[in-house]
Amino acid sequence: MITLNAKIPEGPLEEKWTKYKSTTKLVNPANKKKLDIIIIGTGLSGAGSAAALGELGYNVKVFCYQDSPRRAHSVAAQGGINAAKNYKHDGDSVYRLFYDMIKGGDFRAREANVYRIAEVSNQVIDHYSALGVPFAREYGGTLDTRSFGGVQVSRTFYAKGQTGQQCLLGAYSSLNRQIKAGTVTMYPRRDMLDIVVIDGRARGIIVRNLLTGEIERHSAHAVVLASGGYGTIYYLSTLAVNSNASAAWKAFKKGAAFANPSFVQIHPTSIPQLNEFQSKLTLMSESLRNDGRIWVPKNKGDKRPANDIPEEERDYYLERRYPTFGNLVPRDVASRAAKERCDAGYGVGDTGLAVNLDFRDAIKKQGKKAIENKYGNLFEMYQHITGLDPYEEPMRIYPAGHYTMGGLWVDYELMTTLPGLFSIGESNFSDHGANRLGASSLMQAAGDGYFILPNTISNYLSGEIRTPKVPTTGAEFDEAEKKAKERIEKLLSIRGKNTSTTFHRRLGKIMWDYCGMTRNEEGLKKALKLVDELKKEFWSDLMVPGEGADLNQELEKAGRVADFMELAKLMITDALNRKESCGAHFREEYQTPDGEAMRNDSEYSYVAAWEYNGDDEPILNKEPLKFEFVELKERSYK
Amino acid sequence: MKLKLKIWRQKNAKTKGSFVSYDLDNVSPDMSFLEMLDALNKRLVEAGKEPVAFDHDCREGICGSCGMFINGYPHGPVPGLTTCHLAMRYFNDGDSITIEPWRAKAFPVIKDLIVDRSAFDRIQVAGGFISVTAGAAAEANSVLVNKHQSDMAFDSAICIGCGACVAACKNASAMLFVSAKVSQYALLPQGRIEAKTRVRAMIAEMDRQGFGSCSNTGACEAQCPKQIKLTNIARLNREYYKAF
Repeated sequence: MITLNAKIPEGPLEEKWTKYKSTTKLVNPANKKKLDIIIIGTGLSGAGSAAALGELGYNVKVFCYQDSPRRAHSVAAQGGINAAKNYKHDGDSVYRLFYDMIKGGDFRAREANVYRIAEVSNQVIDHYSALGVPFAREYGGTLDTRSFGGVQVSRTFYAKGQTGQQCLLGAYSSLNRQIKAGTVTMYPRRDMLDIVVIDGRARGIIVRNLLTGEIERHSAHAVVLASGGYGTIYYLSTLAVNSNASAAWKAFKKGAAFANPSFVQIHPTSIPQLNEFQSKLTLMSESLRNDGRIWVPKNKGDKRPANDIPEEERDYYLERRYPTFGNLVPRDVASRAAKERCDAGYGVGDTGLAVNLDFRDAIKKQGKKAIENKYGNLFEMYQHITGLDPYEEPMRIYPAGHYTMGGLWVDYELMTTLPGLFSIGESNFSDHGANRLGASSLMQAAGDGYFILPNTISNYLSGEIRTPKVPTTGAEFDEAEKKAKERIEKLLSIRGKNTSTTFHRRLGKIMWDYCGMTRNEEGLKKALKLVDELKKEFWSDLMVPGEGADLNQELEKAGRVADFMELAKLMITDALNRKESCGAHFREEYQTPDGEAMRNDSEYSYVAAWEYNGDDEPILNKEPLKFEFVELKERSYK
Repeated sequence: MKLKLKIWRQKNAKTKGSFVSYDLDNVSPDMSFLEMLDALNKRLVEAGKEPVAFDHDCREGICGSCGMFINGYPHGPVPGLTTCHLAMRYFNDGDSITIEPWRAKAFPVIKDLIVDRSAFDRIQVAGGFISVTAGAAAEANSVLVNKHQSDMAFDSAICIGCGACVAACKNASAMLFVSAKVSQYALLPQGRIEAKTRVRAMIAEMDRQGFGSCSNTGACEAQCPKQIKLTNIARLNREYYKAF
């Protein structure tokens, strides 16, 4: 069994981080140059940390699978980035942001970590602004904010519907500055195939050069995973189609515990599936719920065009069920409510798997121009994809897999249970509990990368200054490379009849049906069996044409799907273990009579950190969650 | 829909490529252009053949990975769309569609429809940044930015780096791409301090990478999926003159 030591500093909540920073061990500038750090991923956390660590003088190597670091999936975040600036003078504070996140996460996150991310949120905005990120502004020249789901203050900074793109390009620019300075070396078009562990510490990685197929070895004094989430396990999701869990999964198999894998956010407002070859679900930003009203017809199976349905025959079900928050309830609540209406037969569109998001009233009140200013690019995108005009008729939306709160277990220093391996951004589990609030992912990724990891990694690296450059010739590198090559050979040699995409699609369907928005014991047990069968079929009927020593996109996909097959089992196992409903994890057996989630604090107020155990069942380690500063409450948005 | 596809196939940078024809049935008008290619690739892979290689990732028009020449237009015939957002409903049953990679000296073909756009990254490394170290920034509202200027900077900053401007240009010039970044920073007070060194470094790197010169034809603006304006190039020229 591993020991979970969260290493939370003593003292009052608001002093922990300051105290930690003042007392943590440092590395002197001359030694920093001699220390190598590997970073996997170039999103907000990866590119941000690479830039910050390079600025500090470390020797950084960064890897991404895309052709350029500017394409990491942070680029697609739309709505905004939170910070506790209180610019709107509406009662916001670091404490309130912290509290909203703890409550929004349904009391399944660690207090100290959440408070810290709320604390650094303001620094993130200052930094991005200085980097030239063109956030929306007021006429007087100050920064504008808007409100987002699950909270009652306006703390979300934004750049139209392209906040993620603008923040990512800001991070990319700071990364580029360090590449020019020579502190950072960039390795694009690489897939991480394994972590190399020497004497119990992460010391390097094995990657495949996606252009040549060559297997490469890279060593370092510490390895940082900034590899994002695993929402593409559902096949159809709002993520980039090549996003994958492989780096985190390999880390798990090398000794890093995986925490709360079943905590997956299903986003309420995505464009529904339109065709059987569909490869992704496009998100319509949550910010649309600020002005759009969600409804379905009051009469089952009402197939009239939305505009022909009179007001009194419309059911604004979120406003009805949650009068305080209305259309701005958190994502998990909004998603389940949509599923509930559609399952009951009130859904709209050809499939009945959609609800209306209607801007009629907002356009009437504010004018078309005002709505266009706020959401113009989203409306256009919707029209291009569906052929329908949202200025004239309601958008049709449906929930889609989006963000994974679960991820590698990390302590307060963002280090996993494998010494020397760190995990930042979406790839770790730490800040969002069982449900993430909107506009908090950019905040956490940027905060982790720019302002937290650079402070915490020095505590580990200060013990490494006497470790010389790690050679890549040792037995551990040989072994890891050999295994990676063997798996490639195996995938290429099956020569079956089905593509990895076909298997991925089938796996996604199983996970969506049984381990998605709602779960129950019977379904989860069935899913375990189905995944096992599918995995067997995959390894006997997969077709990967071409060869390993070449650009081979089918081989890339096959490796990722093979890892998803294994991760799926862990997600289901975790969902089965957690016999309560909390946040995005909704077990049908545990709900109130009016269909709200029922938490079980006495038995499940813990982080489930799963430990790899070879071919046997994974081992459950529990990190009890202690709430010293907030009172555990029923999470109500009524 | 039933389509006739003529697709550029090229094993690698060293071998010569050629067009190969494929017939494709059962194309739904709701499919995106890339999903249509997915359908073709599924058929090829199931027959044990190598699929058509192409770059793609977010499939929602923002990452800039995808890009192909479709019937003579970068990203296809509909303005303002990336290839991943181009719906098949913009085509007709029985259409012939010719699909090629970007063609430019600075973007060598890697395989099939994949080209090497790393020259774009090298231009950004040369000067596409504001030199602020993490932790050094002042309180955000201590630097006021005129809203109009800020909105214009945003309109330049939305470039996705796909390379359609280079592919569209008869000279394979990267001026629209470079001007978008230079403009974003030139329009903001935060970016003014390094304006001179930035524009000189980026232009010098652009020339080193083998992109052609700009002859103000405007094909780049017409084909840009994010509709980046030609006025950025005018601003780039002005910034460049001012930099000496």
